[in-house]
Amino acid sequence: MQTKMQNGIDIEKDGKNRLKIVISGNILHQNIETPLGVLQTLSEADIKEVYFTANGLKDWDSSLVLWVYDTQKLCREKKVECNLKSLPQNLQDLIALAFAVDRKPSRSDGAPLSAVENIGKTALDLKQKITNALEFISAVFSGIGRCLSFSSIMRKTDFFAALEDCGPKAIGIVCLISFLIGLILAFVGAVQLQTFGAQIYVASLVTIGMCRIMGAIMVGVIMSGRTGSSYAATIGTMQVNEELDALQTMGLSRIDFLVLPRLFALLIALPILTMIADFLGMLGGAFVGVFLMDIPHQEYWKYAFNSFHLNNFLVGVFHSFCFAFIISLCGCYSGLKCGKNADSVGKATTQAVVSAIVWMIVVTGIITVICQELGI
Amino acid sequence: MSKEIAIEAKNLTVGYGDYVLLKNADYQVNKGDIFIIMGGSGCGKSSMLRVLTGLIQPLKGTVIINGTDIMKAPENEVQKIREKTGILYQGGALFSSMTLAENIMLPLQQYSDYSPATMRELAHLKLALVGLKGFDDFYPSEISGGMKKRAGLARALALDPDIVYFDEPSAGLDPISSRNLDDLIVELNRSLGTTIVVVTHELSSIFAIGNNSIFLDAQSKSILAHGNPHELLKNPPNEEVYKFLTRGGEK
Repeated sequence: MQTKMQNGIDIEKDGKNRLKIVISGNILHQNIETPLGVLQTLSEADIKEVYFTANGLKDWDSSLVLWVYDTQKLCREKKVECNLKSLPQNLQDLIALAFAVDRKPSRSDGAPLSAVENIGKTALDLKQKITNALEFISAVFSGIGRCLSFSSIMRKTDFFAALEDCGPKAIGIVCLISFLIGLILAFVGAVQLQTFGAQIYVASLVTIGMCRIMGAIMVGVIMSGRTGSSYAATIGTMQVNEELDALQTMGLSRIDFLVLPRLFALLIALPILTMIADFLGMLGGAFVGVFLMDIPHQEYWKYAFNSFHLNNFLVGVFHSFCFAFIISLCGCYSGLKCGKNADSVGKATTQAVVSAIVWMIVVTGIITVICQELGI
Repeated sequence: MSKEIAIEAKNLTVGYGDYVLLKNADYQVNKGDIFIIMGGSGCGKSSMLRVLTGLIQPLKGTVIINGTDIMKAPENEVQKIREKTGILYQGGALFSSMTLAENIMLPLQQYSDYSPATMRELAHLKLALVGLKGFDDFYPSEISGGMKKRAGLARALALDPDIVYFDEPSAGLDPISSRNLDDLIVELNRSLGTTIVVVTHELSSIFAIGNNSIFLDAQSKSILAHGNPHELLKNPPNEEVYKFLTRGGEK
């Protein structure tokens, strides 16, 4: 009896207890499935030996190696002798190499957890994450305390480098985005206000909107994408390069050395950038009001300045202080918790930006409610 | 006369969570030794080093350095041990935002009362000791891998440590640079009497520098041999050690 298994592979019974596998022609890039025919024959008949003949075999690749490997594995399971002697020597060597495992994997088998176990694991992980984050925040405040008592090892050069990076170098992008946001606010408001003939109030809308919240939020979003991600990537890369290990073994505080310069730099830069953004936003609104809605520019600025209240401005600046904390802490924390490979740095960067933006929105909500309650 | 003990590992179990790399390891490193931690890939050599340097906690057991149990000692005592310990990481682990001199001056700024001028001179001296004279104002990105390791060693030596750990010092180096680094390690050991612990699987380095060693085995998760590498080669205690020290049985 002869069975055609695949192109170039045939099996036939040879006598009572032997199974012959004939391999011929080219066996290249073939999707050769598990040797089901061999399995069936081994199960049905009392086979003691499987042997190969490959006299007509021409070119072959890993697909044949895989098939022979599977067949031999099957024979071992069924305790049947598998004779490869007629196969090309290099093919035999490859099969021998594939079976020559010098060591068993010692990792746990990673069996999937049940739903209850998963819930428990998630809860424990969450608890650990919250604890880690709180410990980090507490360490940062201790660091600030050390800095105020002049016992911190924060380097001035690191602080000025961070300040330059998040201050002057960020002005261009902040100006552009803020101008456009002011412009968009004015357009959106103008469409509605024009229906009542009250387009002059575009000036008030833009001034209040930018100074109270939009300036700070836009700067926060820009800086979390620009600077927070950079903090996470820089510190994450230091983790990969064992620089953080070196700091730890030298007994140098990571907080003083890496976090404080960046935090202080953002605490100074962000409020200034917010003030610049407020002004540029008003300028964007003026561009729409004066050039597109034909409001006389003296009139526009008169309404704008009348709407400018110190309270609104200070609320915006307060937001920017909070955002500076959030962006720097999220960026540095993600970097410090980064793993030791390139993929982890990417994840840390993403986490830094996403968590900073989420926390900025949460904090904005809280401040808005408090201001409402306090009548500010 | 018995030698003084620099490091003593007692009943040390090393691993991560449920994953155990090494069980109940006991060994001692004498003062002034060049002690090799060797073994195949994945046997826990680097993790052992991380335990010795305090970067990770062992799952069980303790490490005593110069008579102080670093698992139980208060932070100020551990800090004192850190000051007298230098580590050379695989890639040097130099801070990329600082020049080589600034990298070396960093531990000096933290733990010494030297004036800035003296610290600069000391940094210059340490760089000269490792063959990098004149590279003070270079940044890590401007020098080769071998030079980074030398600069990392200069930083490790900044505070005149009693113990210096080396994590795979030969990794990524050409044979000549590797040999030069080995010579440097031996020279530092001879001239300063520093206790040196080297994690490596480079046979040429092991035989060139080591006068004491342990062999870690991934399968049994234990120490299979303890002693001078040359003695272990002459009288291998088991097949695994013999195979490792002879590149799988090579003559």
